[in-house]
Amino acid sequence: MQIDRRLAAHFDWTLFLLALVFVSIGIATIYSANYNIAEEHAGALPSRQLIWLGLGIIAMMTAVAFDYHYIDRLAYPFYGAMLLLLLLVLFVGHSGGGSQRWINFGFFRLQPSEPAKIAIVLMMAKYLQSDEPPQGFRLRDLWVPFVLVGPLVILTLVQPDLGTAIILGIVFLSMILMGGLRLRSFLCLVGAGLAFLPIGWHFLKAYQRQRILTFLDPDRDPLGAGYHVIQSQIAIGSGGLFGKGYLHGTQNRLDFLPAQHTDFIFAVFSEEWGFVGCVILLMLYFALIVYSFRLIERAKDRFGGLLIFGMVAIFFWHVVINIAMVAGVMPVVGVPLPLVSYGGSSLASMMFALGVMINVSMRRYTF
Amino acid sequence: MALLADINRQDGAPELRRRTRLLYAILFIVFGALIVRLSFLQIIDGERYTFLSENNRVRIKRIPGTRGMVLDRGGQLLVDSRPSFDLLFVAEDAEAPESTLRQLARYLGRDEKELLAIFEENKRRPAFEEVVIGKDVDWATVVAVEAHQLDLPGITLRARPRRSYTDGQIGAHVLGYLGEIGPRQLKVLKDQGYTIGDEVGQYGLEKKWEDFLRGQSGGQQVEVDALGRRVRVLHEVTDVPGYTVHLTLDRQLQDTAFEALKGKEGTLVALDVNTGDILAMVSTPAFDPNVFSRGIKSDEWQSLLKDKLRPLSNRAIQGQYPPGSTFKIITAIAGLEEGVLQPESRISDPGYYYFGNRQFRDWKKGGHGSVDLHRAIVESCDTYFYQAGQRIGVDRIAKWARAFGLGERSGAALDDEKGGIVPDSEWKRKRFRQPWYPGETLSVAIGQGYLTVTPLQLANMMAALANGGTLYRPRIVSKIESVDGTSVREFGPEKIRTIAIKQGTLERLHKALAHVVNGAGGTGGAARSSLVEIAGKTGTAQVIEMKGAYLKSEQLSYFNRDHAWFVAYAPAQNPKIAVVSLVEHGGHGGDAAAPLAKKVIEKYIELQKRPPAEQRQARIPGEIRAD
Repeated sequence: MQIDRRLAAHFDWTLFLLALVFVSIGIATIYSANYNIAEEHAGALPSRQLIWLGLGIIAMMTAVAFDYHYIDRLAYPFYGAMLLLLLLVLFVGHSGGGSQRWINFGFFRLQPSEPAKIAIVLMMAKYLQSDEPPQGFRLRDLWVPFVLVGPLVILTLVQPDLGTAIILGIVFLSMILMGGLRLRSFLCLVGAGLAFLPIGWHFLKAYQRQRILTFLDPDRDPLGAGYHVIQSQIAIGSGGLFGKGYLHGTQNRLDFLPAQHTDFIFAVFSEEWGFVGCVILLMLYFALIVYSFRLIERAKDRFGGLLIFGMVAIFFWHVVINIAMVAGVMPVVGVPLPLVSYGGSSLASMMFALGVMINVSMRRYTF
Repeated sequence: MALLADINRQDGAPELRRRTRLLYAILFIVFGALIVRLSFLQIIDGERYTFLSENNRVRIKRIPGTRGMVLDRGGQLLVDSRPSFDLLFVAEDAEAPESTLRQLARYLGRDEKELLAIFEENKRRPAFEEVVIGKDVDWATVVAVEAHQLDLPGITLRARPRRSYTDGQIGAHVLGYLGEIGPRQLKVLKDQGYTIGDEVGQYGLEKKWEDFLRGQSGGQQVEVDALGRRVRVLHEVTDVPGYTVHLTLDRQLQDTAFEALKGKEGTLVALDVNTGDILAMVSTPAFDPNVFSRGIKSDEWQSLLKDKLRPLSNRAIQGQYPPGSTFKIITAIAGLEEGVLQPESRISDPGYYYFGNRQFRDWKKGGHGSVDLHRAIVESCDTYFYQAGQRIGVDRIAKWARAFGLGERSGAALDDEKGGIVPDSEWKRKRFRQPWYPGETLSVAIGQGYLTVTPLQLANMMAALANGGTLYRPRIVSKIESVDGTSVREFGPEKIRTIAIKQGTLERLHKALAHVVNGAGGTGGAARSSLVEIAGKTGTAQVIEMKGAYLKSEQLSYFNRDHAWFVAYAPAQNPKIAVVSLVEHGGHGGDAAAPLAKKVIEKYIELQKRPPAEQRQARIPGEIRAD
């Protein structure tokens, strides 16, 4: 494949460098989360995250390499591959912590529900790129994506991985709304969602219900889920204005945080860097998202705009749900903090997502 | 690179642009809300949280739920949890750990080096973590520590229920044992509320019925001061004891079976023929599960693991042995049911049988003379069954063996049951990619060759034969109750299948098996009882093939000696109990195994005569709570 010189000149360095900043913050915090004072090292995870970053950059460059209009052709095959992988997880998946989410490739355990988020965006951008009707789409115009996305969400839900399933669903809905949905259809959807709540409740695992109940009433399970949320809040709160300093978090050391280098990494970060650090981190995310919104506005066509929107929606919802959960304003559902939490599948998927955004961004100049 | 999309549209996407304005608004609101939340946590409440994280610590004290009891069929206590105390040390709470430990050693009269060594070993661990310095300590220690609490900062006592097995080794294989949860188990069980240090069933019923037996841990969320002393209890969750499990075992019968097997390696299984209830199941040599409760030492564990006599194996369900002559019951049934054998026709037995150019020998030198089916069973004539087997064919023998539950796990609710092997031509083709050789059928017909069974399977076969052809699933747990006595689960008898077998065949077998024990020339005379008429069949399973000489078992080295079998039911006329005894390397079944089965049957008959009131007398202790 030959690289167009003009394209290279338009490469979106802002997005790329922002990604590197997030991953650096992530690795530093992963290091701190696993730091053992007595032994003065942090184990293998920080350097492994560095390897995942390498993989992530390859994923990103793959997403950048070809004109994004090819994605139009690849959307359904990519979707099919994800569906297949999720089915594979169901039957031969690797279990850990009571759920079956991974496929073991020896050196690497892939969590297919992560790239599945990307698959939904690609597919929806493809589907919604046609000119929207004056009043917006009706639900009956959209039955195909509903049928396609349903299995992905259900397969993730049965792993069980409530957090990722919620992200998949919410990204899907965001795409529909952005693509243009008729108001009446929207209301129908909301109504159906409310009606489904009690049924959905029935299908949740005991521990998931526990978490939601604990959120509504933290005193319900003070020794289990409630305990972690309280400890996570103590971690964040005790960071104060300026934090306790890098590697000086005490809550983190005490093993109070349930998944301190993955889903609860924000608690570790905010204990050490305080309110100031948190605001800076949030501002960085804010900057990334606002920058992407600008890209949507300047996108050359509807397809490109929808692609960027979908990718940034993934970012947005991850950041909001993760921080809200760790800060105790949402039930605990396992959702990583994008680019910062430890995890190869998540990091590579996020880098790929950024790659797609860069792709659209640099090709807005070509005709 | 080709552009595939619509090139005419150069105006981008106006609708998207319009909606993006809304997105900015959403973004501002949501991020604003997050920052407000963080400022509440970190600035407004920051000091309080800093205080909580630095000056005080919120700790969790778990109170493990008491594990459920296990009772026998008469309500007698088999397994219970008694209160016990562990001695803990939290280095962080002691101002000077070494001197505290020296002090403690003085109070307890223990060697201080030993205590300091434990401390050294755990120095790497965080100082706030508890280190167990004494498990299940005696009462004197508890009193000493309580009395000198002020001199011993950092030393605490933790009450926890400890498992106790009333009868020690008796029934150990069925009841199983507990062990501390391993790292790999913990990974799997974490979601079910297990944590490090929890005890979990590792073997036997303790493992299989873990979900019902385990208690729900309670605990306290406690605010402690800088010295680790409790300031106040923030939250409390009470623990819930586990369920009581009622077994079908009879404690007295277990006792008799264990006594009978003392000093031997083997197993005894007794079933109620009309329900499939496992009345007794004992395997020797055994181990004492109480050793696991107090924390087994690694050398004790190694010696259990490496013991050549395999004390950890439950021979009744995990031992797979050739059934020997006890299998002639199946060969006879197959022959009669398939219409191959004429029961009255006689053969002449010179003591051997030639198949091709290979000689198959009878166990009796010189042979049994002229025998019909009845005599062949009573005297256990090999030559008769060589010929019978040859005519029936292995596939039809296998069919009837399977009908009686051989070659498949019985599905009793016990841990890690084995299935044995019932070979036929298809099995051999799959297993060895070889055709079945007719000569091999002869070995199978007398219960040798590839054929293996577990003692429980043979017991169940006898039960089905005795009750007229109903194969029940052996039942070990009859009922599960909560502590207050409400029923949680009840398990009735469960039929696996009704075997389609002719009444005539059954009657013939019943008569022959009664004569094995009670008739002239029967091989099972050693099981003859004055209390009850017993029907049965002896078996001697070869461990090695004997070529040439007729060696007496005593002439062989111990591990090459034959296994002795006796399968029985009683009373012969209206059967109630089926018993199988196996003595490993015991030699001849009639001599070594039959008397053991007889002891169990006689005890059963004796117990049946007990007045019902006495029989049902339960010993249920008061609720034991560790607090």
